[in-house]
Amino acid sequence: MELKKLKARLATAVRGHKLLKDKSDEMIRRFTLIIRENKRLRDEVEQSLSNTLRQFSVARSLTPEYAVEAAFGMPTAAVTAECGVESVMGVEVPKIELTSSARTDSLPYAYSEITSEADESVRQISSVLPLLVKLAAVEKSVRLLADEIERNKRRVNALEYVMIPQLEETIKYIRDKLDENERAAIIRLMKVKNKS
Amino acid sequence: MVGKIAIVGDGDSIMVFKAAGVATFPAEDDKKARDVLRKVAQEYQVIFVTEELSRKLGDFLKRFDETPYPVVLTVPSGKGASGYGDEMLRSAMERALGVDILFQK
Repeated sequence: MELKKLKARLATAVRGHKLLKDKSDEMIRRFTLIIRENKRLRDEVEQSLSNTLRQFSVARSLTPEYAVEAAFGMPTAAVTAECGVESVMGVEVPKIELTSSARTDSLPYAYSEITSEADESVRQISSVLPLLVKLAAVEKSVRLLADEIERNKRRVNALEYVMIPQLEETIKYIRDKLDENERAAIIRLMKVKNKS
Repeated sequence: MVGKIAIVGDGDSIMVFKAAGVATFPAEDDKKARDVLRKVAQEYQVIFVTEELSRKLGDFLKRFDETPYPVVLTVPSGKGASGYGDEMLRSAMERALGVDILFQK
């Protein structure tokens, strides 16, 4: 009875192990793709954002403090993003898209207030923003996937090195015991027969 | 779902984001940033944090790694990129794969 139950469990464990291993392989494949993308995006974003910020500090140094405060202190139309959730191998990752496209024509201040360097940096930042948002989503996906891969790996290892060997050992023990009983029964019968 | 975008950082670096329509929350040091982030995380889905701050807040920011939202992204500040983003990337990669496939020379 117990033997049958254990055998069923072993079969399940082996099948689960195979499935998890396949899942792990596929996740790692996706992960490598995403992380390459991430690296590329990050390089691009860091490059352009550093440029923009440098440009902006030039702009700031060319204008008096209060003028800058006045020009940029005004809250402008806020950009929003469409946030969704996407599933990559059962892992929920964010999927974000900038909805109100960054305005490139209108600036939040009058031209007379500030130098053209500032215009330029605002324009630049508007063009960097979609990339930034994309990078945010991709980087989050990388982290979530990395966690999931790690967890999955642990599960696979637990099945492979603990669960399955233990089950196999128990099954072997029970089978040996049963065989032994059977042999004992046969011998006993033979002895009984000889005596009579 | 419509999400909002915010940036937390020191005053100089984030001002230009304001012009682009991102909600800005100044935070000079890590203690202030912690308070600000706690509030901002409730309301905004995409949060940019400047490199200097996120370096100091490493452990604090880990708590946002569990769920898809809010998304916290480290961005370079006015002082230029210091490679912290790459470091984070590398650690995630080593955790998942155990090998370095991007940065090896």
